Amino acid sequence: MDPYCLKKLNAERQARRAALLLTDLGDGRDRVIKEGDPVAGLLGDAVRQAFLSGKSSLVEIEGRSFFLNVHVPPPRLVVIGAVHISQALAPMAKIAGYDMEIIDPRTAFATPERFPDIKLFAEWPQDILEQRPLDPYTAVAVVTHDPKIDDQALERALQAGCFYVGALGSRKTHAKRVERLKALGFSEDEIALIHSPIGLDIGAASPAEIAVAVMAEVIKAFRARGLQTARHLEKTA
Amino acid sequence: MAEGRDVAIATVVETWGSAPRPVGSHLVIDEAGNFEGSVSGGCVEGSVIAEAMDVISQGTPRMLEFGVADETAWQVGLSCGGRIKVYVERLG
Repeated sequence: MDPYCLKKLNAERQARRAALLLTDLGDGRDRVIKEGDPVAGLLGDAVRQAFLSGKSSLVEIEGRSFFLNVHVPPPRLVVIGAVHISQALAPMAKIAGYDMEIIDPRTAFATPERFPDIKLFAEWPQDILEQRPLDPYTAVAVVTHDPKIDDQALERALQAGCFYVGALGSRKTHAKRVERLKALGFSEDEIALIHSPIGLDIGAASPAEIAVAVMAEVIKAFRARGLQTARHLEKTA
Repeated sequence: MAEGRDVAIATVVETWGSAPRPVGSHLVIDEAGNFEGSVSGGCVEGSVIAEAMDVISQGTPRMLEFGVADETAWQVGLSCGGRIKVYVERLG
């Protein structure tokens, strides 16, 4: 393995960007391919598939074997709002393998007693998201019902190309939200990426049930993430 | 490497049946046999490390296979019944 490849791969992982190490098992040569890098032919198909599934594999192409070792950043879930739904969501996210954090400037809500064992920031979203930026491997769910808090995070989530953006609220609340985001200059296509009403439609009623619906929607978005991420990479390239 | 040690990387490239570590898992070995990571649940590491020392001195990558069909595999013990293929290469 070329030490330069290792360095490059580690830099990508550090920056929470997806990359894969392609090794030709015939001659041992390797190279790093970043998500969105153009790769032609059958190998290109295998590379795209690997990024999509996040699974490393051995592929045979035209008599040669290649090993594709995929390094996809671990998915993160940022929840805006230290509310009842978030209390139920925290353990679920952990079980599903998501690194979850909660941001809520309302110190009465964001208390360690209500949220043991989870990263909790009792500050404004824009301040925390400045220090801990969002990225395409992060899901954002806004659940405070307070536009002052929710909107800041929504703006940043749309700009960062988060693989999932969900917002709690009735259709009426969401219609008002859409108007505010339009006024900020977001296009209808961008705004349409927001999942609202939040969560898969399973008829959820209690906070815990809504948390299940949200978690399921996040997982669904992550597994179908390929297209959206590719679009974002094209835009920012 | 930064400390001037020669290093080999072993990677699980294929698994069949029940295998303790998924494809893509790494074991890093230095010339003195110090290691970090895992390619199985500790069953075949010893053998991989021995091969890795050769790879470090010779520089040619090797493909190793472990499974129940293999005599030595019983001895080193992939008792879970799976089979794995491990690619060992020198770094640099």
